[in-house]
Amino acid sequence: MDLSTTLLGLKLKNPLMASASPLTASLESIQRLEDNGIAAVIMHSLFEEEINHEIGQIDHFLHIHNHANAEALSYLPGEADFDNLQSDHYLEEIRRVKESVSIPVIASLNGISAGGWVSYATKLQASGADALELNITYIPTSIDMDGRAVEQMYLDTVAQVKQQISIPLNVKMNPYFSSPANMAKRLVEAGADGLGIFDNPIRVDIDLELLSPLRIPNITSSANLSETLRWCAILYKQLPCSLYANTGIHTAEDVLKAIMSGADATAFTSLLLQHGEKAVLSLLEGITHWMEKYEYDSISQMKGSISLIHTDNASAYERNSYMHALQQYRH
Amino acid sequence: MHQPEYITIDGNEAVALVAHKINEVIAIYPITPSSPMGEFSDLYSSRKEENIFGTVPTVYEMQSEGGASGAVHGALQSGALTTTFTASQGLLLMIPNMYKIAGELTPTVFHVASRSLAAQGLSIFGDHQDVMGVRQSGFALFASNSVQEAHDFALISQAAALKSRIPFLHFFDGFRTSHEVSRIEKLTEATLKAMIDEELVHAHRRRALSPDHPVLRGTSQNPDVYFQARESVNRYYLALPKILQEQMDKFARLSGRSYHLFDYVGAADAQRILVLMGSGAEAVEESVRYLNARGEKVGMIKVRLALPFAAETFIRSLPHTLKAIAVLDRTKEPGSIGEPLYHDVLSALFEHQAILPFAMPRLIGGRYGLSSKEFTPAMIFALFDELNHESPKNHFTLGIDDDVTFTSLKFDPHLILDNPDQFQAVFYGLGSDGTVGANKNTIKIIGTETDHYAQGYFVYDSKKSGSMTVSHLRFSHEPIRSSYLIQNADFVAVHQAVFLEKLDLLTIAKPGAIILINTPYPKEELWQRCTRVTQERILAKNLRVFAIDAYRVAREKGMGRRINTIMQTCFFAISGILPHDQAIEKIKGSIQKTYGSKGDAIVQMNFEAVDASLHNLFELSIPANVSSTLELIPPLKGDLQPFVAEVIGKITAYQGDQLKVSQMPEDGTWPTGTAQYEKRNIAQEVPIWDPDTCIQCNKCVSACPHSVIRSTVVNASFLENAPEGFLSKTAKGKKFAEDEHFTISVAVEDCTGCALCVEVCPAKNKSQTNLKAINMVPQRPQRDSGIQQWDFFLSLPKMDRSKLEHDSLKESQFLEPLFEFSGACPGCGETPYIKLASQLFGDRMVIANATGCSSIYGGNLPTTPWKKNSEGRGPAWSNSLFEDNAEFGLGFRLAIDNHTEYARTLLTDLYETLDAPLVDEILSAPQIDEPQIDAQRRRVEILKECLKAHPDKAAKTLLEVCDYLVKKSVWIIGGDGWAYDIGYGGLDHVLASGKNVNILVLDTQVYSNTGGQQSKATFTGAVAKFAAGGKAGLPKDLAAMAINYENVYVAKVALGANDQATLKAFIEAERYDGPSIIIAYSHCIAHGYDLKFGFDQQKRAVDCGLWPIFRFNPDKRKSGENPMSLDYKGPKIDVKEFMYRETRFKMVEKMNSLSASSFLKTAAETAASLYERYSNLHHRYEPLHEEE
Repeated sequence: MDLSTTLLGLKLKNPLMASASPLTASLESIQRLEDNGIAAVIMHSLFEEEINHEIGQIDHFLHIHNHANAEALSYLPGEADFDNLQSDHYLEEIRRVKESVSIPVIASLNGISAGGWVSYATKLQASGADALELNITYIPTSIDMDGRAVEQMYLDTVAQVKQQISIPLNVKMNPYFSSPANMAKRLVEAGADGLGIFDNPIRVDIDLELLSPLRIPNITSSANLSETLRWCAILYKQLPCSLYANTGIHTAEDVLKAIMSGADATAFTSLLLQHGEKAVLSLLEGITHWMEKYEYDSISQMKGSISLIHTDNASAYERNSYMHALQQYRH
Repeated sequence: MHQPEYITIDGNEAVALVAHKINEVIAIYPITPSSPMGEFSDLYSSRKEENIFGTVPTVYEMQSEGGASGAVHGALQSGALTTTFTASQGLLLMIPNMYKIAGELTPTVFHVASRSLAAQGLSIFGDHQDVMGVRQSGFALFASNSVQEAHDFALISQAAALKSRIPFLHFFDGFRTSHEVSRIEKLTEATLKAMIDEELVHAHRRRALSPDHPVLRGTSQNPDVYFQARESVNRYYLALPKILQEQMDKFARLSGRSYHLFDYVGAADAQRILVLMGSGAEAVEESVRYLNARGEKVGMIKVRLALPFAAETFIRSLPHTLKAIAVLDRTKEPGSIGEPLYHDVLSALFEHQAILPFAMPRLIGGRYGLSSKEFTPAMIFALFDELNHESPKNHFTLGIDDDVTFTSLKFDPHLILDNPDQFQAVFYGLGSDGTVGANKNTIKIIGTETDHYAQGYFVYDSKKSGSMTVSHLRFSHEPIRSSYLIQNADFVAVHQAVFLEKLDLLTIAKPGAIILINTPYPKEELWQRCTRVTQERILAKNLRVFAIDAYRVAREKGMGRRINTIMQTCFFAISGILPHDQAIEKIKGSIQKTYGSKGDAIVQMNFEAVDASLHNLFELSIPANVSSTLELIPPLKGDLQPFVAEVIGKITAYQGDQLKVSQMPEDGTWPTGTAQYEKRNIAQEVPIWDPDTCIQCNKCVSACPHSVIRSTVVNASFLENAPEGFLSKTAKGKKFAEDEHFTISVAVEDCTGCALCVEVCPAKNKSQTNLKAINMVPQRPQRDSGIQQWDFFLSLPKMDRSKLEHDSLKESQFLEPLFEFSGACPGCGETPYIKLASQLFGDRMVIANATGCSSIYGGNLPTTPWKKNSEGRGPAWSNSLFEDNAEFGLGFRLAIDNHTEYARTLLTDLYETLDAPLVDEILSAPQIDEPQIDAQRRRVEILKECLKAHPDKAAKTLLEVCDYLVKKSVWIIGGDGWAYDIGYGGLDHVLASGKNVNILVLDTQVYSNTGGQQSKATFTGAVAKFAAGGKAGLPKDLAAMAINYENVYVAKVALGANDQATLKAFIEAERYDGPSIIIAYSHCIAHGYDLKFGFDQQKRAVDCGLWPIFRFNPDKRKSGENPMSLDYKGPKIDVKEFMYRETRFKMVEKMNSLSASSFLKTAAETAASLYERYSNLHHRYEPLHEEE
């Protein structure tokens, strides 16, 4: 049975990847993931803020009180040797991971503004990353910012990053566009070699005691798989890029559904956070068991088999499925 | 021929560069103004920079200067080339070891940035009192006069020490040289190596104590031999001058700079000369050259080797035409006929009469320049004039007006030496606006990248918030010898327009000078906004005025409130010191160099600021006439006593130099309650109160570091005439009647705008949760109404102290603080504790305050935050030293107890003649809580009345001491540098004494006042000076050590984490009739974050377990209760949640992520182990457990 697949031009031994999360932040847990059968890891994200903002902040607080008082010309050893000012240790981490595991390692950058920080992509490539993922979810809070301007920000960032590297570039998309399919197309035109469907942003809640909004991790379940399946199915074969399904993958069945919708691979975090690295092994067993039971030979055999263009029930993915539901209700 | 390398650095760095290269061990302790030498050395070693022997010197911070000198002695005895850096009291603490080091003929050099000694008051500034205080130790005293000389002499002294085996004290003037930035020629590695004779280094090593060739040193000697042994070293001292001169000559051959034991400068046929050492010699040389160029015949001797004084060499360096000598000593020896240099010159002349090539000259000696008092050409001219007199005034003082003993020489303060080759620029900035940093950068640019000589000197005021800095920059094609402040400037920059509202700054401008003002006002409005005096100066001196709204530009360019790059650009653009385009290019080059490693974003931001500065800079068209009616704001405001108005007012207005000797308190005693008159108006934003949202918890009052937020409850009838905008609300709580109103008022003129109050406010506006019950608004529009409201608030009746529950946080905050408006940093974490103590016990407190931040914001002139209540009672405060504070405070207790006992004895003796029930009550009254103390105070007042009319002599004596019948509260206050390190021995002794003292440790986990050096309180993983990579060891658990005594009250508190427990700790500690220690978490600017989050960080420090809070109360044991109260429940958040919100921890991650994760791990383990330690203690002291 052949579980292998290809994503971003990389040969994966199976369609299971670990998404960017704390579990992909240490060599030890990445090694455990590999031991349990993961096919690739997406490193924990390096944030634009870590590259730009933190330096600014540290520089500010190192010097803000300097030369203000006769007794203390400074308060911290200001000329410290910062060899990690721009998170250079992230590069070192990738190097160490690459040396220690044999699976593909995908570096991850999280940011949105076009600017100096994108040159960091070159360093990630030089440190041995097999591909780079760009995680760009921007929340436009200004009522004066129209959708086109937001979209342009995404496209500019993708184009700028693409210019810096020769390794494949994956863009982790979010579904908040008027026309996600068109946006996917434009992202690919701007330089994306693959798309992650979709980003799973931090959730907002409110603390009624503190009267304050909270940011809480968005732990998903299989119930969150719906939009992932829909857009994998819609985009399959429409764009010259690879796709991986990201939100709502919790069971072997979820993986199979995603592949059949058109994803080349799947990636997951919640499952790993809840059950640890061993969950990968269970998924693989589940997939193998299902494929044996239903006599599938390979992953490629089922890929896109229930996509928009290959399904016998395209309306399930389209608006009229909603209409149909209403009609049923009227009856 | 090598190309000389020029560097632009200050004196401390100039010395450290050499000392680090030629030593193997450096043991130090921070003390102003020498601290940077140790810090530079630590930096070089942390960068693995090697000395000339190919090893990285070990730099070690000790617990005191006494400790540092001990370590130096040990390292020297073990054969390492060893040095230390110190000043002032630090040098005095080294004296015992200096005797030993010299007595054992051990070559070393102590580099001293010479500084005043604490006498009637402490001073951090420069003179030679410290150095002259160790004349007897056996060290050679070697003076350098400038930054270049300090660099050179650091090397020459080491070479001479090795050769002569006599230890050297190389000194240079604190601040004037240690902190002056100057362009100097850097010594090459080859010169360093050539000067240090390897054979002598080997000889030093061979003398080391070693079990491979054992010897005995440090014997105890008896009357039979001690004397002879002491005299055995004489020949070494006799040989030293020649050895030093040989090393100077060798140095001259290597470097081209020639020095002598005594350097004569002046006319070959001079009749009048001055003799002195230190930076003042530079100014004298400048004046001598000036006068001789105008036909005078004067000269001077620069004394290099002050001790041993080479008398014959001195005599031979004098011109043969000599008629009169004035010797200048920068020190004071009260009661002595004259100061040391005068004595040496006098003895030299007297003893060498036989070889004098001239008749015995007139000789006078005098004092000048104490505590960096200015020493100017006008004074020097006056002294030369004095030498023309047949009977010149001897034992003179120069630079002050001594109208008591009439020692001073008069001089013309308007006489300013014309230096046409110099471009002189003065900049007035705010401590936090980056002005000084930018100016240092400007000097570096001009000094290093052009052929100009450059000099920068910086004056800071004594406040830690809203302090004014004055930068004095000189540039010239000729060497600059002006070792005094600029008196006549070609360029004056005022980086804060508000300064012009208070001060007549443009007096310093030369006619035709260029003025640069940072102002919020547009071009068309600026002239009208100037005060009358500013307009007059501009017109009278025909000044050109340029202006920019630098804060707007900074804001728009994302630089916050940092206007340094902007103002620096404007200086270069209009000063003409360099061609415009070249200047801008150099600024950008410098930005690239400074920020290049920190990423393009910061570089780009600064580049854009440069361009925007040029775009926004404008020149003011000057009208023909003065039109302003605005007068300067007086320095002090309020109902001023004459002393406050005349003396403190002058100091506040930066005119303290004009005060006469007769105006000074002779014994260092100053009035309290003076900060209230100094309305500084430094806050951009101040809090306003929203009564509808307020829950009346008083947390904002408690948190305010400057006591500017006050609350009270009054009957509504008192509010009838309240000024507009004065708000109040029906008081909450059963204690208050329906017609009683709660109000909060803010002293808007005294606020520093830290916003800590807003962050601690727990109440949110129900409709807009981004608003609280107290919110920040711009100060200016609030100022006038705010002043009225504050004055009205102060006029309201005070709440009765004895009716308030002091152990309720809310009610404690109605108590009047007797500590207000200090000069502490905005958001200070220490002052809320001090204020709390002053509220609870201020009217009977006597305070011993260790040197440090709290002594500076508490006792630095001109004003003090300590104040009296309306009855005239309040904290009595004193600072002795840094190291002896616990002992100093214990002395208070011993004296007070003695006085009390005396009063009780006298009262008992007079029993029959007084009102017996009253006496009985007085003698037996408990004085535990406020009502009891209040009652006792009333009884004593009645007693006083009885005693006044009493005929017995004993009654008069009792009247003198009867106040001691009311309980006094002794407080010993200081920081962790004092309590954990330098003062620990004394503190431990006081804890063991059983005496009733209260020790408050304001624990910032670093030496805050001297600039963030690590202490034993520093957390693991925190970056501090001398822990540049993050502290690897664990912090000392001072509380646990104190608990071991079992009869000491111990509390560890954090106001931001648990204010109620903190309040209880203060009350319990004060009630405990024995030693108490409260260790209080104090956030600090040295932690590197916005201090408005200070209390939030305190909470996190507790929640993560790194700052356990608890109270150990031995009194509870007596009543069968558990003495240990844990006020936290163990670690409940990750240590990272606390640590990585502060730069001191976060920067480790940016330096070395492996260390960072190891530190996090250790910190988490420490947090767990601390909880285990204190829960175990709690368990151990459970009463049941005890019974078992």
